[in-house]
Amino acid sequence: MKLLKITILILFAAVLIYASSDLPYRGDPDTVMHNARSITDTAVIGSYAIQESYTETRTPNMVTVILGDYRSIDTFGEQIVIYTAGLITILILRRRRREDEG
Amino acid sequence: MKDKIESPIVLLGARLLSPYIMVFGWYVIFHGHYSPGGGFQGGALLAASILLIRVAGGSKIGTLQLNEKINTPLAVIGVLIYFATGIAAMITGGYFLDYAFLPIPGMDPAWLRYTGILIIEVGIGLAVMAILIMIYDNMAMGEDRD
Repeated sequence: MKLLKITILILFAAVLIYASSDLPYRGDPDTVMHNARSITDTAVIGSYAIQESYTETRTPNMVTVILGDYRSIDTFGEQIVIYTAGLITILILRRRRREDEG
Repeated sequence: MKDKIESPIVLLGARLLSPYIMVFGWYVIFHGHYSPGGGFQGGALLAASILLIRVAGGSKIGTLQLNEKINTPLAVIGVLIYFATGIAAMITGGYFLDYAFLPIPGMDPAWLRYTGILIIEVGIGLAVMAILIMIYDNMAMGEDRD
């Protein structure tokens, strides 16, 4: 049974590694997804970010520019989600401890 | 946990490791412009450095290092840094979170956007650190007191 699991894992890894050999290079602007056009026939964000992110923000890391600048409201939402999780631990767990003590 | 003796060796090892993890966390936050990293990852590392002391030394030593009364406002401050950056850009005439309109004199828009990203990354890092510690505190602190 253990041998079967290991074999399945190795086969799965082989499939994934074989599939990854077909991926485009990171940041290559000539790939299919970056040449796609939106329904209003404008360029999609991928090629725009690759071409303009450094000149617009002086930041070499494209991912940081997209997370912090182009999609910053989305990141703000993520932070609010984490903040809500922290508030809920205060509301639920802290009160129960106080009742146990009193 | 009265019957268990706290190990000074474990606490000493945690005290040795904790500052380096914290420095690396700030490095990940501030170097996020040039390498993989950013607010969320750096905040998780900062929280790890403080939680290491709390796990190794118990709630008494952990409370001495970072009190709950300081930790809970830190989470709010982290979120407010992000929100205030957006509102500041909005007041001076741009859209919400449009960093090119931040009211910092003597900078062209590209460097303003660079600075804006840096400010919000610090805000995210503070909030994530404080909230991870807050979750640990509310779930586990006080368990070893009685």
